[in-house]
Amino acid sequence: MIELKNIGKTFDDGFQALKDIDLTFEEGKINVLIGPSGCGKTTTMKLLNRLVDYTQGEILIDEENIKDINPITLRRKMGFVIQNIGLFPHMTIYNNVATVPKLLKWEKKKIRNRVVELLEMVNLDPETYMLRYPSELSGGQQQRIGVIRALAAEPSTILMDEPFSALDPISREQLQDELLRLQSEINKTIIFVTHDMDEAIKIADQIILMKDGNIVQKGSPQQILENPANDFVKDFIGEKRLGMDRKLPQLNEFISKDYIAVSDDTSVELAMDKMIANQIAEAPVVKHDGSYAGVINLYEMLSNKDQNLQDLINQSSSVITEEEETENVLKKLDKLHGSTPIISAGNALVGILDKDKLLQALKDVTEGKSGVA
Amino acid sequence: MEFLSEYLTYWSEDYSSILDYMYEHILISFTVIILAVAISVPLAIYMTKMKSNKIKGLIFNIANVFQTIPTIAMLAIMIPLMGIGFRPAVVALLLYSLLPLLRNTYSGMESVSSEIVEAAKGMGFSTFQRLFKVELPVAFPYVMSGIRVTAVYIISWTTLAALIGAGGLGDLVLAGIGYNDQYMIFTGTILAIVIAVSLDLVLGRIEKIVKRA
Repeated sequence: MIELKNIGKTFDDGFQALKDIDLTFEEGKINVLIGPSGCGKTTTMKLLNRLVDYTQGEILIDEENIKDINPITLRRKMGFVIQNIGLFPHMTIYNNVATVPKLLKWEKKKIRNRVVELLEMVNLDPETYMLRYPSELSGGQQQRIGVIRALAAEPSTILMDEPFSALDPISREQLQDELLRLQSEINKTIIFVTHDMDEAIKIADQIILMKDGNIVQKGSPQQILENPANDFVKDFIGEKRLGMDRKLPQLNEFISKDYIAVSDDTSVELAMDKMIANQIAEAPVVKHDGSYAGVINLYEMLSNKDQNLQDLINQSSSVITEEEETENVLKKLDKLHGSTPIISAGNALVGILDKDKLLQALKDVTEGKSGVA
Repeated sequence: MEFLSEYLTYWSEDYSSILDYMYEHILISFTVIILAVAISVPLAIYMTKMKSNKIKGLIFNIANVFQTIPTIAMLAIMIPLMGIGFRPAVVALLLYSLLPLLRNTYSGMESVSSEIVEAAKGMGFSTFQRLFKVELPVAFPYVMSGIRVTAVYIISWTTLAALIGAGGLGDLVLAGIGYNDQYMIFTGTILAIVIAVSLDLVLGRIEKIVKRA
């Protein structure tokens, strides 16, 4: 666990980059530091491997004060991925990945096995790529190497400084997915710096939003999206993304009371007349006490005119209960017909589902508008 | 054909003195090159780590001034200071070679991108490991091109060292001028070129081998 206690950083020219930062990086989680440029996110990250030293407070790594650890030892124990990849151009991919194990004087065989394992982890064929030079690889491939180079010596903590920002959008998406997949296998404490909110929402377990050397808000992506602390956070997240998380209205917004129901004691003849007059093919059937009995189908009745209406009720037709979440209803929307009955907990018919209204609401939400009026 | 046979006769008569001149020439120029590399490359590396721009500027300016003194004048200045012969010739040529080597090594080291330096730092290289495993290898092509250019210059300038009694192929050329002997002038010139081209080839080969390692 990494704890920052009352950390402050004032540069020699008097610029106060960090002011009283209190922060815990969660073990085995992806912690994303985000904020506008100059907010101190990169400085905060670089404190951890002492590329920058703080001027106030203390940092504890597993209860040990960071200043008591030799910086070189500390850095070899932490993976480091930098923004512009920073692969060593004069070294082969093999030597690049093997950098830290070599510094730690691992056995040759162990290094080789590790490099092969890592290349396979990111789906780069070791035989093909091991002896190539960085310039012979695409940007996406290079940053994959950058990531596995940081993983090589099995550090428990990995620092990533805007690792994907220089990549094209497609490679960036791929690498984000790959990072999430890798993380599910390796469970490292990752400290990830970015200025891209979409990226943060996608990969973070904890988002730490910073501004002017202060932490403005920290929490899971969902917490931040649901309860932005102030206008700055709202601004930074952006209206569009706030809309993304906006819930659909409750189901009762979509219950139509304006429906035709058939009571179970009418004759088939009368029921058919009523349905034909209203141009509907299906209607819910209610018992005299108002409870729901099933659905009746016009064509069913046409071919069985001589039967009793009660025998023609389809009781297994799908229904929605009043308490269901709107999202749940959406998930089974394809199985629902035009006028699915909605029933209460006491099995009373409450109304039918207004599918058009629901689709309209869904459209509004995905377009980032304010849901149903 | 007659020219060729005459020229061969000249060689067969004088080859031992020709080879002596050549040996002197190689001795002077190689001493200068080795000393120049030994002084300039570490100095340039040290300069890239120096914080004070003033001192850096001063060193470059001094090297610049040496470069602007005409070669023949530089050699002449050496006579009252150090007399004649091998030593003053080496010192004069050494002063010349400082600037191209300093400049190339310095800009080579500066060309190592800050990202690579930061990556190396962040991965836990010590200062010396970083210098020898990352910065110098990346800067190596620059350093090497500086050495190659300087080496070729030095070999050609060494012909002038004969003026202050240091010997070398310059002696052959000067003697040729004195006797109006074209063979001598021609031989001195060709051999100086041959030394320069061979050394450049060898250095090129070394560069390739080091790069691959």
